[in-house]
Amino acid sequence: MSDFKTLIAKVKSTITEVSVEAAKAELGGSIFLDVREPSETADGHVKGALLIPRGLLELRVEDRITDKARPIVAYCAGGNRSAFAAASLRELGYTNVTSMIGGFAAWKQAGLDFAVPVTLTAEQSVRYSRHLLMPEVGEAGQIKLMQSKVLLLGAGGLGSPSAYYLAAAGVGTLGIIDSDVVDRSNLQRQIIHNESRIGMPKVESAAKTIAELNPDVKVKAYNTRLTAENVLEIFSDYDVIVDGGDNFPTRYLVNDACVHLGKPNVTGSVFRFEGQITVIQPGVGPCYRCLYPEPPPPEFAPSCQEAGVLGVLPGTMGLLQATEVIKLLLGLGSPLVGRLMLYDALEQKFRELKIRRDPGCKMCGDHATFTGFTEYEQFCRLEPAT
Amino acid sequence: MAITIRIPTALRKLAGGLDKVSADAGTVREVIAALGVSHPALAAQLLDEAGNLRSFVNLYANEDSIKELNGLDTPLKSGDDLSIVPAIAGG
Repeated sequence: MSDFKTLIAKVKSTITEVSVEAAKAELGGSIFLDVREPSETADGHVKGALLIPRGLLELRVEDRITDKARPIVAYCAGGNRSAFAAASLRELGYTNVTSMIGGFAAWKQAGLDFAVPVTLTAEQSVRYSRHLLMPEVGEAGQIKLMQSKVLLLGAGGLGSPSAYYLAAAGVGTLGIIDSDVVDRSNLQRQIIHNESRIGMPKVESAAKTIAELNPDVKVKAYNTRLTAENVLEIFSDYDVIVDGGDNFPTRYLVNDACVHLGKPNVTGSVFRFEGQITVIQPGVGPCYRCLYPEPPPPEFAPSCQEAGVLGVLPGTMGLLQATEVIKLLLGLGSPLVGRLMLYDALEQKFRELKIRRDPGCKMCGDHATFTGFTEYEQFCRLEPAT
Repeated sequence: MAITIRIPTALRKLAGGLDKVSADAGTVREVIAALGVSHPALAAQLLDEAGNLRSFVNLYANEDSIKELNGLDTPLKSGDDLSIVPAIAGG
């Protein structure tokens, strides 16, 4: 009969132990193998370490470390479990295994760098389970969404459904910029607001709805108009911009700022029964000015926020925008770059038209030089000029 | 040589409410000239005073922008579609 003390002493006598300082010198060369339990590694581990709990080590290690001559530094919390691990690895044929004396506790005590892994909480694992079930998203994709920052231009017809679904999907930070207050006439389509919010700033109303839907999401509310002065500062913080604005001057400002900053812009617009959507990815495809070089003057502008629109139409278009955002964030599928998608609700038809980058484009052309933003006159007309 | 001109909702008011009209023409320029007679307000929405396509409107001959083809001189044949695709800004 042996006791633990005798056993561990015996095991340690058959393996090689290294100090934390010696192990540190192996960073970048050796594989750091953390054999602690997930509940322990959740609080931090050596950067880049391979995490296999001691109980699953023999079952999994050969899939994860195929080269049995690779130097391995095994560690646990204090240096005992990793000693057993090292002995077992040698049994499996690994020839260059050491066990780190003092384990992760000693590593931290020495003031050495470590990583705190981002993991999903139990509640998050349930909330996002339908994402986690798909390998295209999975836990890594979900964490990516949670670390992403998306800015929505407008909490109106398009911004409402986009923001709502992006919040449900767990996009970690949603910036929303809008200077309007909720009006009863908005509620026919702007589903993120409701009757009790009439008179409240739209960004505040949207933030409330999102907080009730998903407390994981941080909303940054900008109760202001986008201008040439504030656009760069606001945009610089975000990964993707979603243009659901309701006027031409803002659309051109958003385009120009996105091209200037190299940020993807998922731009959508609606009028009555029709919608348009495209993804502008600067440096990859055309920009909005390649398609429409200049906005219409007021007498030719066919729309503004008061022009009629079928209430469900911005729902369809806003969700197409949200879909493109998720795809961009996760790097999935083919984004609508260089493709203008038109939707006709009456015919229930989608059409796709090609857009090419214009080498002579004022913003993204071959000889374009940025000389500041052009600000167009704000206007609002009910009907096209006749 | 009947060409079908597709009119988006934003511009239907300028074409008597029609969603498409047809014109006998061999080029895009000829289509617009024909529209200038039948629906002058619509034609005025497409070309500026100098006769160039306006910066906020695109014309697609079937699936291709006329900018990628021969512009206003892009040839059309009977059965072709010419779609008017204006910038819209509603949100």
